[in-house]
Amino acid sequence: MFRSLLFIPGNNPSMLQNADVFLADAVIIDLEDAISIKEKDNARNLVHNYLTTSSVLPKQIVLRINSIDTVWYKKDLDLLKTNKINYLLIPKADSKTIIEVNEYLDTLFSNNNLDEIKLIALVETARGITEIDKFAENKRLCAILLGAEDLTNDLEIKRSETNQEIFYARSKVIFACATNKLISIDTPFTNINDIVGLEKDSAFSKSLGMKARACIHPNQLEIVNRIYSPSNEDINWALEVFKAHQANPNVGAFQLKGKMIDKPIIERAKKIIEKAKLFNLM
Amino acid sequence: MLNGVGREVPDNVKAFVKSDDFKKRKRTLIDKKNKQSKTVFFDDLKLLFDELNISSKMTLSFHHHLRNGDKVIELVSEEVQKRNLTDMHFAPSSIFPSYKLLGELIKEGNITDIHTNYLNGEVADLISKGFLKGKLIMNTHGGRARAIESGDLPIDVAFIACPTVDKLGNGHGAIGKSACGTLGYCISDLEYGKKVVLVTDNVIDELKEHQINSEYVDYVLVVDSIGESSGIVSGTTEVTKDPIGLKIAKDCANLLDYLGLIKNDFSMQTGAGKTSLAVVKFVEEIMKKNNIIGSFASGGITKAYVDMLEAGLFKNLYDVQCFDLDAVNSFSKNKNHIAMSASEYGNPFENSPICDKLDFVILGATEIDLDFNVNVTTDSMGNLIGGSGGHADIAYGADVTIIISPLIKSRIPIIKQKVTTVTTPGTDVDILITERGIAINPLRKDLLDKLKNSQFPIYSINDLLDLTHKITGVPKQIIPDEKIIGYVEYRDGTIIDCLRKINYESK
Amino acid sequence: MKGTAGSKESNDCLITIESSVERKIEINSIVGVFFYDQILKVVEDTLDEQELYNVKVIVEDKGALDYTIKSRLLTAIERMREDV
Repeated sequence: MFRSLLFIPGNNPSMLQNADVFLADAVIIDLEDAISIKEKDNARNLVHNYLTTSSVLPKQIVLRINSIDTVWYKKDLDLLKTNKINYLLIPKADSKTIIEVNEYLDTLFSNNNLDEIKLIALVETARGITEIDKFAENKRLCAILLGAEDLTNDLEIKRSETNQEIFYARSKVIFACATNKLISIDTPFTNINDIVGLEKDSAFSKSLGMKARACIHPNQLEIVNRIYSPSNEDINWALEVFKAHQANPNVGAFQLKGKMIDKPIIERAKKIIEKAKLFNLM
Repeated sequence: MLNGVGREVPDNVKAFVKSDDFKKRKRTLIDKKNKQSKTVFFDDLKLLFDELNISSKMTLSFHHHLRNGDKVIELVSEEVQKRNLTDMHFAPSSIFPSYKLLGELIKEGNITDIHTNYLNGEVADLISKGFLKGKLIMNTHGGRARAIESGDLPIDVAFIACPTVDKLGNGHGAIGKSACGTLGYCISDLEYGKKVVLVTDNVIDELKEHQINSEYVDYVLVVDSIGESSGIVSGTTEVTKDPIGLKIAKDCANLLDYLGLIKNDFSMQTGAGKTSLAVVKFVEEIMKKNNIIGSFASGGITKAYVDMLEAGLFKNLYDVQCFDLDAVNSFSKNKNHIAMSASEYGNPFENSPICDKLDFVILGATEIDLDFNVNVTTDSMGNLIGGSGGHADIAYGADVTIIISPLIKSRIPIIKQKVTTVTTPGTDVDILITERGIAINPLRKDLLDKLKNSQFPIYSINDLLDLTHKITGVPKQIIPDEKIIGYVEYRDGTIIDCLRKINYESK
Repeated sequence: MKGTAGSKESNDCLITIESSVERKIEINSIVGVFFYDQILKVVEDTLDEQELYNVKVIVEDKGALDYTIKSRLLTAIERMREDV
């Protein structure tokens, strides 16, 4: 479960050695866009040695590998042998990409004695959005991250401050995630100096149904964590519902302060409590 | 013998015992000057030197209000060099990188002894390498005032850069083309120096108000320029963007809030760095949110505090020296932006100095050890890179002293078994805040108790050291050089540590 | 045959390796007084692992941690081996 995921360039020792200090729920170590073609080998070596020998690591580690049409992607996946990576972030995800990665992972896992891995699909192409309902059912998938920069490029449109142009894509991600019980992760807010804009846009994204947001600077984390956390109101409501349910566990539906409470609502309350506990909010 | 912080000091010096040991002693004051004659104006330094009969082995003092923009100390140094005076004792309240000529005079033996509160740049490097033939004494701001008023540091001639002087010889710091604001550090020099020279580049008919009273002023030297006032800017107006610094600052503000220290009528002081400024900003947010009005902020004052004063968040600012031009401007126009002398700021023998009224202070460190002793005088190799300034004064005075610092700077752990140089005794340091955890001085059971049920990441300082070593590896220990190049003098005049020539050998 | 990897950014190091008649290691580190031996050990151990004896290695260190030094050296070695 996440609220915030922080991108860290895989070739930057200063950032890596402090990756565990930042307030991100998960850290995305990037081997793809943040790394120039000449430095792919350097970054991979650094990430490998960091993961295997650093005495301090982030709680949850996501690795963004290079896309499957590159020569680096299989070498990147060798880093799974460190057994320190919790999630793989698959760039340019669409049906074909997800199938191919899965097949390669099947062989990799059967040939080596490795822990299973969860995937996060980075949807950043028109095809990815169009095919989202198909690959969202994939059993390794646990979350979908929207990549609006590349997507708008693909659509040959400009990003705007209102983010109106990504409304459809955001909605597609949210619906596909809700349908398949995945975590929807919103695209990073790219202007790192605009804290007010970040807060406003994140609040809107949350209201649509996004559950988390990727960040490109540590200074964005505090706001993102706050926005995507359940509010105190939510937590108190959930605790009341849960208490009332526990008092009469066998009653399917009951009233609380004049409102009907039934199984889906109890489930939602449980989810809020679980989140609140995980993120130390209670 | 070992002194009160476990440091080996020579038997012939007064060894540090503990920070409140001064209470056992009475204030010593030499006579203030009782000048009968009128103030005499000069426009030629050469003639003034002749008049004063400045000769070898004399003690000349200076203040550092123009900081890196000061030209007065260079001007005087030039004349010392021309006359080839030797074995001079210089007592500038601080030394900055622009004081280039001072370095030459040290190498050539014109200057053999120095008293100062802070130094960095070329002069610091030369002294670290052992070029000063006599000794370097590092004072605190309050301690320097005490040393001068007690006669421990007798001054033959005080050269006081003064932005505006009137025809009677009164002076003001916040008027004129070289305005630098308050003139807190030179007040003891003024009152107790055997001869006092105001050096100015702006003479006016009459000052309505003055900071410097002509009754102490023997001479005025009029020059083309006493300095660049843009050079006084030492504080920063920008909050740090470094995420580690911001995290530390945020934790610091939250901790202050949790401890109930941000309450009506509270008082505070911080350093002028970017991380300190971030703390100030976060404290400001908390004050606004909870409708808190503080009593005062003190120190070298920066724009951030001026803004808070003008927004009514603090009732007063006590300012020993302006850190930026906004502060200079505020001091000229705001009645509740009040000048204080170094003595009123931090002299242990002063009757209730400002430092004693502080609720909390936020300070930096180049090193801190397992006993919470702090070093801001040298780096881990022993190179001089700063000095106490007000560090030890306000750490003693404040109820809660907080050190903020990243745990690791370029692989070098900030926590040591023993600091290279003790500037401030650990008994006066209460909390260390780093990006990977917070340590509370075990002497502060009250704070530990208050924080028992909090969510702050509190560790023992030993645990933080172990954690650091797991990340960096254990650094080798430097073998100190035998040669003592000077002393760190605690505010009460006792020796808290020796300064040794640098040695790049390690074991 | 020569390979270079890393940078002179803080917490990083720049490593150059080339073939030589004997093993030579030169370390210039801003934290050398404290960590010279540790840096030397990382370099020697890595060269031993890679069975490289006749090489000259130059380390320009800006406070890199051991794993960073090892990584940069390994990349430099790979690049040297590709440099034919």
